[in-house]
Amino acid sequence: MPGRDVDTPLLRVRGLRRLYGRRVAIEEVSFDLWPGEVLAVVGESGSGKTTLLHALAGHHMPDAGSVWFDTRDQGHVEIYSMPEGHRRALARTDLGFVHQNAADGLRMNVSAGANVVERLMALGQRNYGDLRVQAAEWLARVEIDPCRIDDTPLTFSGGMRQRLQIARNLITLPRLMFLDEPTSGLDVSVQARLLDLLRQLTRQLGLAAVLVTHDLAVARLLAHRMIVMQQGRVVEAGLTDQVLDDPEHAYSQLLVSSVLPP
Amino acid sequence: MYVAVKGGETAILNSYALLTELRRGDPAVPEIGTDQISAQLRLAVARVMTEGSIYDPELAALALKQAAGDAVEAIFLLRAHRTTLPRLGYSLPLETGRMHLWRRVSAAFKDLPGGQILGPTYDYTQRLLDFSLLDGGETPAAAQAPVDNDMATPSVIDLLAQEGLVEIDAVPEGDSAPRDLTREPLRFPADRPTRLQNLARADEGFLLAMGYSTQRGYSHTHPFAGEIRFGSVELELVPEELGFPVSIGDIEVTECQMINQFAGSKMLPPQFTRGYGLAFGHSERKAMAMSLVDRALRARELGEAVEAPAQMEEFVLSHSDNLEASGFVQHLKLPHYVDFQSELELVRRMRRAHGQPEEEA
Amino acid sequence: MNAPPRDHHVNFAYLDERTKRMIRRAILKAVCIPGYQVAFGSREMPLPYGWGTGGIQVTASLLGPDDVLKVIDQGSDDTVNAVNIRRFFQRTAGVEVTTETPCADVIQTRHRIPETPLREGQIIVYQVPVPEPMQRLEPREAETRKLHGLAEYGLMHVKLYEDIARFGHIATTYDYPVLVNGRYVMAPSPIPKFDNPKMHMNPALQVFGAGREKRIYAVPPYTPVESLAFDDHPFTVQKWDSPCALCGATDSFLDEVITDDHGTRMFVCSDSDYCRTRQQAAQACGEEKLRARA
Repeated sequence: MPGRDVDTPLLRVRGLRRLYGRRVAIEEVSFDLWPGEVLAVVGESGSGKTTLLHALAGHHMPDAGSVWFDTRDQGHVEIYSMPEGHRRALARTDLGFVHQNAADGLRMNVSAGANVVERLMALGQRNYGDLRVQAAEWLARVEIDPCRIDDTPLTFSGGMRQRLQIARNLITLPRLMFLDEPTSGLDVSVQARLLDLLRQLTRQLGLAAVLVTHDLAVARLLAHRMIVMQQGRVVEAGLTDQVLDDPEHAYSQLLVSSVLPP
Repeated sequence: MYVAVKGGETAILNSYALLTELRRGDPAVPEIGTDQISAQLRLAVARVMTEGSIYDPELAALALKQAAGDAVEAIFLLRAHRTTLPRLGYSLPLETGRMHLWRRVSAAFKDLPGGQILGPTYDYTQRLLDFSLLDGGETPAAAQAPVDNDMATPSVIDLLAQEGLVEIDAVPEGDSAPRDLTREPLRFPADRPTRLQNLARADEGFLLAMGYSTQRGYSHTHPFAGEIRFGSVELELVPEELGFPVSIGDIEVTECQMINQFAGSKMLPPQFTRGYGLAFGHSERKAMAMSLVDRALRARELGEAVEAPAQMEEFVLSHSDNLEASGFVQHLKLPHYVDFQSELELVRRMRRAHGQPEEEA
Repeated sequence: MNAPPRDHHVNFAYLDERTKRMIRRAILKAVCIPGYQVAFGSREMPLPYGWGTGGIQVTASLLGPDDVLKVIDQGSDDTVNAVNIRRFFQRTAGVEVTTETPCADVIQTRHRIPETPLREGQIIVYQVPVPEPMQRLEPREAETRKLHGLAEYGLMHVKLYEDIARFGHIATTYDYPVLVNGRYVMAPSPIPKFDNPKMHMNPALQVFGAGREKRIYAVPPYTPVESLAFDDHPFTVQKWDSPCALCGATDSFLDEVITDDHGTRMFVCSDSDYCRTRQQAAQACGEEKLRARA
């Protein structure tokens, strides 16, 4: 992108640590994420992937470590040093979060249109006609029939709800998205369609993303780089194809080998 | 010819007269005395005192008489009266371990130091209407006098706590004085002392339902009745001028300590946890329900997932006060015709538009 | 009106002085932060929660022995609720009461703002059932407190958007949310939206009391108050097809009255004092004309 310092990572994570009581959920997690880069976080259940995601997204302050985000107007800021209001505002504009369970990321008894434009209204847009046009545009972009604009997500299928979540987040053109197992619970063909959409959008919008998944095929399809987590620690990191084709750590090898060939 | 209706004042004055007449009932029937109410309807008096937040059986009896037996209306009278009473100070914490016991039972143990004392209870009666009460007459004296114990009877929970089997109610750091909920508004999140105050004056029916729900799967606390006691305790106050405690009288209270299991700890090894209930007079149902809800509301601090209504602090504490509930529910009787007029106009307009063909997509 | 005798067993205006001081402090804080809900230690009053205890506590804290009080409900001085509250203050404070809006120092109202414009020095006290404008959308107070604090009002606009999407226009006709002093979104109490414009830059002090929910808020004199809307769906007020059947007013809020079993209806001013004043003026004019002709 013109005018951007491509030597600056968009997200810089150092020494992240989170405990639940005495149990260590994540330990010593560090990495950099660059603009337009998709990073997959893989590992089995309980490896700390989701905890990591929430810590990165500003939802839960870690017990140690830092998360630096390259903001549009204030340079690199450690997100937990920001006042809560700023952090929440950031989460509504420059960041996006797609929940595993779409109901957690949507207002289920409010129309699809309202779900999509809520961020814009929070930012002060006050023209109903314009908002509606934008809502219809984004619904179309995520391949939801714009005629459904006044229906609530309660009437949507799982795949549609996920796509609605994506539209709701992308409307403010965030530079960084967090996705928590976005395809889980969806059947194979629906998954494929969603992944295709995500791939298109991340490329079109130059979106960076941190994608948590236990499905290596998803990682292969969407991610440039990958980190493998086991019991809260990063055991291997590298380019996705390299890690998948030639895993070095024993655990990564186990993960890769346990995937059935298609 | 329409004339704007006047006469609201006359209507009110007439309604007072009608109310008094109905309250008194048939003049040929002897008027009920407040002494009769406080002596023979002591359980109604107990409820009114507990939820009215004043320990005064005579006043509670008066309120019940004035309210023609409507407990919530009587509670309202007491609470309104309470607002006018001056605050003289705070008593020392009650020493329920030194209670003069009328009744003391534990479901968790077959026997315990101090013994199980059945005392006066409806629990083991058969609920058959006693028609002999219609005629009145003498009642036989009780076979034995109430237990007279000069010694303290420590709570069985404390004995378990010595072994570390039951959590100890730790004194919080700084030991700050609890906020007085009758003087300050309820804010969330609420700490336990605040929640307990709310529950102590909460509507018995509501607490009963909430407590019941915890037994039917809406949260899992596996309760056991560790100890229930009813009797009189001494009330002590330290007057500033004297600097030492002075007894200002006895009050009758019912106390319930529930023992609940605690699984899946984060910080501590497995221990029994507790729920607490306290009420004025003989009020076991209230004290027990309160202890179940107290424990359910501790979900957050004990690291349990908040899933059931009884665990939701804002839900329980915002709807537990029957004065607030009754007031707002019944306020619907107040004129709302201006708001309704607005709604009427809207609905008419929408119906007209509905009847017409769509003008825009 | 037969004034009930002053009851000298209670303090002036019922509340003890310390309680009044506590409430006044809350009111001062509310005045300093227009539209912000200040929590206060609401007391149990002799009237039920939900029936005006918040308004009564505010009035009780503000009344002085020389003040003149007007109490209305649905715009009328004579509904049973208004009568009850007025009698309460006559009994406990012995203050002079009036039905004439211009003569009152303190006006306690339920669900309407008088048609006669208020002046500097007057205080209008609103009875509020639900002080939190977002309560129907987000019942948790812990969460709404945060939203107010961070000025995150997206949720309110979601509701307005939904109304337009569903009904073609905003479907709220009373207790219509407003933005006060460009900062806090406030629930004006269930006044019809017809009355909302009266709150804007009003010379009088407006204080709102919610006894059951234990909140006080205020709009100081000459404060901007804007009803929420969209640019292309601006805020509009109700209109009627005919004037008041009794006084001919075309600028006041009209109540619908059904006058016979056939459903015949007529529309009359909700504000009884305003209507009466207009009728008397018309009568005076009429009499003058008769005399002039004689």
